[in-house]
Amino acid sequence: MLVLARKKGEAIVIGDHIEIIVLDTEGDTVRLGISAPKNVQIHRQEIYKAIKQANQEASKSTIHVRNLANLLKPDEA
Amino acid sequence: MAKVQITTAACGPVEAEEQEILEFPHGIPGFESLQRFILIKPDEEIPFSYLQAVDEPELAFVVTNPFTFFKDYEFDLPEADQSELEVEREDQLVVLVIVTVGDNLAGATANLFAPVVINGELKRGKQVVLHDTAYTTKHHLIPAAAGEGRG
Repeated sequence: MLVLARKKGEAIVIGDHIEIIVLDTEGDTVRLGISAPKNVQIHRQEIYKAIKQANQEASKSTIHVRNLANLLKPDEA
Repeated sequence: MAKVQITTAACGPVEAEEQEILEFPHGIPGFESLQRFILIKPDEEIPFSYLQAVDEPELAFVVTNPFTFFKDYEFDLPEADQSELEVEREDQLVVLVIVTVGDNLAGATANLFAPVVINGELKRGKQVVLHDTAYTTKHHLIPAAAGEGRG
């Protein structure tokens, strides 16, 4: 992994189109500004992981939607 | 009109119009390699559909219209997503949320944190990640089953 030291207000560029600037630091929190083309997906890592995991769980829902619907209308089930 | 045969684990073989195929340029997180999906509504009367991967019979998500179950659900579609989906008008959009059903049917939850947004005219969709929102990946569809959690 490439490790670079940066001060507040300094930036790094990745390729031609991505720039990451250190906006602020406070305690152990660093605020970053990121400029990138719109087709580049940028996510907080833990959030992206959580969504992946939620999707993987959801993909194991093998229930037929009709059963789910019946559950919501117990009178007609 | 070109027809395609899609094999699905959930509904058996399904015939669809080629133009009904939805393109997800980034796939869906966790399944990035699958970029073509189709919505299958087994029954007009029920509020659930399948978002079925065209190229993987085993992969289908149960999806629903969030506004049916969560009347106050709202979010701002981030600008980057608007541009990716080439949104010109709100009425082009179809919003769905993915439902997870575990062992307990009554404990079914909906992912309001990452809705699936589709430009219905362009047939392009993506799972949008909301920033700065109080929604989570698990909201109970049936409030009674939520216990003390959010309904």
